[in-house]
Amino acid sequence: MSQMMFILVSAIFVENFVLSKFLGICPFLGVSKKLDSAVGMSLAVTFVMCISTAVTWPLYTYLLKPKNLDYMQTVVFILVIAALVQLVEIILKKYVPALHQSLGVYLPLITTNCAVLGVTILNVDGAKAFSYGQAMVNSVGAGLGFMLAMVLFSGVRSRVETSDRPESFKGLPATLIAASIVSVAFMGFSGVAEGIFH
Amino acid sequence: MKKLKILLNGIIKENPVLVLVLGTCPTLAVTTMAVNGVGMGMAATVVLLCSNVAISLLKNIIPDKVRIPCYIVIVAGFVTIVGQLVKAFAPDIDAALGIFLPLIVVNCIILGRAEMFASKNSVLDSALDGIGMGLGFTLALLIMGSIREILGSGSWFGMQIPFITEPVGILVLAPGGFFVFGCLVALVNKLTKGKAVGKREMGCAACPSASFCGKASEGGCEK
Repeated sequence: MSQMMFILVSAIFVENFVLSKFLGICPFLGVSKKLDSAVGMSLAVTFVMCISTAVTWPLYTYLLKPKNLDYMQTVVFILVIAALVQLVEIILKKYVPALHQSLGVYLPLITTNCAVLGVTILNVDGAKAFSYGQAMVNSVGAGLGFMLAMVLFSGVRSRVETSDRPESFKGLPATLIAASIVSVAFMGFSGVAEGIFH
Repeated sequence: MKKLKILLNGIIKENPVLVLVLGTCPTLAVTTMAVNGVGMGMAATVVLLCSNVAISLLKNIIPDKVRIPCYIVIVAGFVTIVGQLVKAFAPDIDAALGIFLPLIVVNCIILGRAEMFASKNSVLDSALDGIGMGLGFTLALLIMGSIREILGSGSWFGMQIPFITEPVGILVLAPGGFFVFGCLVALVNKLTKGKAVGKREMGCAACPSASFCGKASEGGCEK
């Protein structure tokens, strides 16, 4: 149990996907302007991360690895993610139109999101490969960490947008500098997870 | 002359990283050392060249509705080949790039060029565009990597620089990546007086999914 909590806390705070691993920067910079779109996007990302891990982990462990096909990892994983995203979109559209209204627009964007492919690869990656349960916890943590970063940053960003900046820093450069300062804040979490759980 | 223009377009005028702001994840993540940046740039250039040529050759065969999945499969195939080659011949680079080597497959630059250029132009033009964009990416990563390595760890391509006695360690950590990239984009803005960066915000043009995203026609994810 404490192992699971350790993975969860590390994934959310210490090894934050956006701010310390640089995965999923495009949506982080692109969709973080407004709070509701930031929440919608990160919910969709968390959801797709979980279902992708649920499928890719067994596929890798029981099919690719024993047959020595692990070099096919990238191709198989991206195809699984693309197919799942399509499937989820079709199902949501048919049966849960309300949810499709709020999350649907972000789903197609997620196929080519490196955070999703990143988490599925990291879950089966060599030395620190996770068990199935740990992989699922790690995916949830990664998704929640993504959401935390997005939500925090949308708040920071609304302040940055209205402040006075040099002409050439307006827009993206100021956003990147703000992201750098938020990332410094997250560095403060390093060692926290070890401190609590070991 | 026109061919040279296509080649140079990617390197300077439409530099994928500094002007179009594509492929930000690898740009920030692997540039802690100049040599890693160059390794990443070369790997992406090879993938970009091969996928541009393949997609340009297949542009009349791939059905329009399923073109993005087709592009992804083609790119994933080349990424796998390049990944295996790097693992075999440059294990140090492979270890340094880690997960970002397979993640070339979701790099916006590659899908973006497939969608915007290779699917509409001849094979030779697409190949030149791929080389140009790849070199532009490599150049940007080299600049980022050099700044972060020289100021952050006092060396360049592993060579110690004698007069930097107290390097600014934070520049090779995560915050330094955002900071240096922000300053570089601001510098490009300043040098071109804001002309190069037509879209100062990340718009739908920078997104490979724009073509099949319902929100793109309405003016972006924010609307």
